[in-house]
Amino acid sequence: MALKTKRSTRIAVTLLGWGIALWLFFPIFWMILTGFKSEVEAVSTPPKLVFMPTLSSYAEVFERASYWHFTFNTVIVSVGATVGALLLAIPAAYSMAFMPSKRTRGTLLWMLSTRMLPPVGVLVPIYLLARNTHLLDTRTGLGIVDMLTNLPIIVWMLFTFFREVPAPILEAGRMDGATRWQEMTMVLLPLALPGIASTALLSLILCWNEAFWSLNLTSSNAAPLTAFIASFSSPEGLFFGKLSAASTLAVAPILVFGWISQKQLVRGLTFGAVK
Amino acid sequence: MSRLKTVCALTLFLSGSVLSSAHAAGTLTIATVNNGDMIVMRQLSSEFEKAHPDIHLNWVTLEENVLRQRVTTDIAMKTGQFDVVTIGNYEVPIWAKQGWLTELKPDAAYDVNDILPSVRDALTSDGKLYALPFYAESIMTYYRKDLFQKAGLTMPADPTYDQIRQFADKITDKSGQVYGICLRGKPGWGENMAYVDSLANTYGAQWFDMSWKPLLTSDAWKKALTWYVSALKEDGPPGATSNGFNENLALFASGHCGIWIDSTVAGGLLFDPKQSQVADKVGFAPAPKGPYGKGPTWLWAWSLAVPVSSHQSADAQTFITWATSKEYVKLVADRKGWVVVPAGTRASTYAVPEYQKAAPFASFVLNAIKTADPNGQTAQPRPYTGAQFVGIPEFQAMGTQVGQTVAATLSGQMTVDQALASAQSSVTRSLRQSGRAR
Repeated sequence: MALKTKRSTRIAVTLLGWGIALWLFFPIFWMILTGFKSEVEAVSTPPKLVFMPTLSSYAEVFERASYWHFTFNTVIVSVGATVGALLLAIPAAYSMAFMPSKRTRGTLLWMLSTRMLPPVGVLVPIYLLARNTHLLDTRTGLGIVDMLTNLPIIVWMLFTFFREVPAPILEAGRMDGATRWQEMTMVLLPLALPGIASTALLSLILCWNEAFWSLNLTSSNAAPLTAFIASFSSPEGLFFGKLSAASTLAVAPILVFGWISQKQLVRGLTFGAVK
Repeated sequence: MSRLKTVCALTLFLSGSVLSSAHAAGTLTIATVNNGDMIVMRQLSSEFEKAHPDIHLNWVTLEENVLRQRVTTDIAMKTGQFDVVTIGNYEVPIWAKQGWLTELKPDAAYDVNDILPSVRDALTSDGKLYALPFYAESIMTYYRKDLFQKAGLTMPADPTYDQIRQFADKITDKSGQVYGICLRGKPGWGENMAYVDSLANTYGAQWFDMSWKPLLTSDAWKKALTWYVSALKEDGPPGATSNGFNENLALFASGHCGIWIDSTVAGGLLFDPKQSQVADKVGFAPAPKGPYGKGPTWLWAWSLAVPVSSHQSADAQTFITWATSKEYVKLVADRKGWVVVPAGTRASTYAVPEYQKAAPFASFVLNAIKTADPNGQTAQPRPYTGAQFVGIPEFQAMGTQVGQTVAATLSGQMTVDQALASAQSSVTRSLRQSGRAR
């Protein structure tokens, strides 16, 4: 009886898991599907599941905009911002995790509180700063803003991962004569690598999908894929097919990258869960 | 350690590779929206570059509201990111008064007098021209000839709102997903309020009296809004508050609307068999008239202007003169066909027999634009201009707020009286805050 219950529970949980996964994936599936419809089919009521697929939306998207230019900007900005944020966040999280002061917790909370401000609240000062430093519509400018925007989350995540590393291991290194720098780079980083990798992945995804600053601080030279998608929205005329094709092209690289590295991501996110 | 060195080297490489200058000499940056006519302009712009080898064009296509926000920020902060901006006749007089736009003086060959007077006037401030019209639109009625025939109805040459309501009732077949009337319901100053303002004008309603006192609780407003709410509730599609121009275009094009009253720009789209399943069944008529029957109707001109912050004003003017010229209209006709030439701007376009043949709705559009009269008078004297909007800077916020209240009547959250009282109070507050009214 117990075995039977256990089995039926397992089936129910599996079905629930599949149900939730499909529910979460459905918008992406629909977007991909719509990209292969004509504009009239894309907005037809009731929505069409069976239709003659066409590549016309993709052809038009490639004809109208330089996809590779936008992708190049996105890759440079996302990778640059992620690397820069890690370089700043690793020492910060290390010092807070292993040499806490009485203000560490307060500092962490303050850092997180900067994420609570709606970005539009600081649009004007940031825009003026970017203008005065000639960083408007440059990948450097957008990269710096993305890096600073994600820094609090990255520091928090790394702080949590570093806390899971047993302090005696670091002490043992110190006993063997390691300096603070060597302790951090040669002992801590290899141990916390899964956590750092998943933090980097999350930062990459956040930078890839960032739209507000991209739309406000760039125009043509440094415009990333989020601006590419937005350019296909039209106030007068049907555009769902082209918008879906553009969105599919924009999310495809990060989706594939996330799929390939999902093992690393899950490993990192569950890092330290079981000692 | 070697890993760390690699990371540092990568960072330095990225920092070095990302530095780029925003502008190159001889490059014009053009901010525009993703409308069909603009896409054609972009495709044909290589002809301009061939004729002007020292000018390179750089296109920035933005969503309409993002475009407004970006261009406003750019001009107000004198950043000079854009050399040519695509704006409407709502912005032109307001921005011109702020000193944000360069005055334009096209030469005789451009033939500025060929531009339809109502459009030219809408882009003029204190007698000076600040933008050149790329294409313009007004309001008209689209209907399904087959449904009318089936119901034994005939669309009059000059329909009234009462007649439209009766027709909509007769052709509604909710079980067959055919709705008698489709109208904009999505809240926004350029969405539902563009239509509702036009409707209100022909009912004799208006936003303000000469002392800037809001008149939103007047009988005329009540009658206009009651017509709108009851028509959409009884004969409109479900979820009308989500429907803007594009959603209604999709509904009509896929055969779900009997009558649609909206921008004249839809004519070309509905007539195109690639975009419309009812291309051979569309009938056209002027916008219906209400009890007042006069007043401004609707005029929107997508126009090209040069911000004063542009560092290449002369080249920018050369480009916008080309893009709005008779020669450009001819170029579009030769390359893409007469049906897609920019509509509503030049009288000469409507004199071409090929255009009249290719676009059977052309005479309706011309007449609608000629009679739009955005600077004309309403039932009582008014201190502002504009047909489907109020030409003051506060209107964007105010119009959207009232638009949300109007949408609340459709969704049943408010009655018409409550909505108008709420709109009156919010508009009064907005005008007090801006210092326009005491």
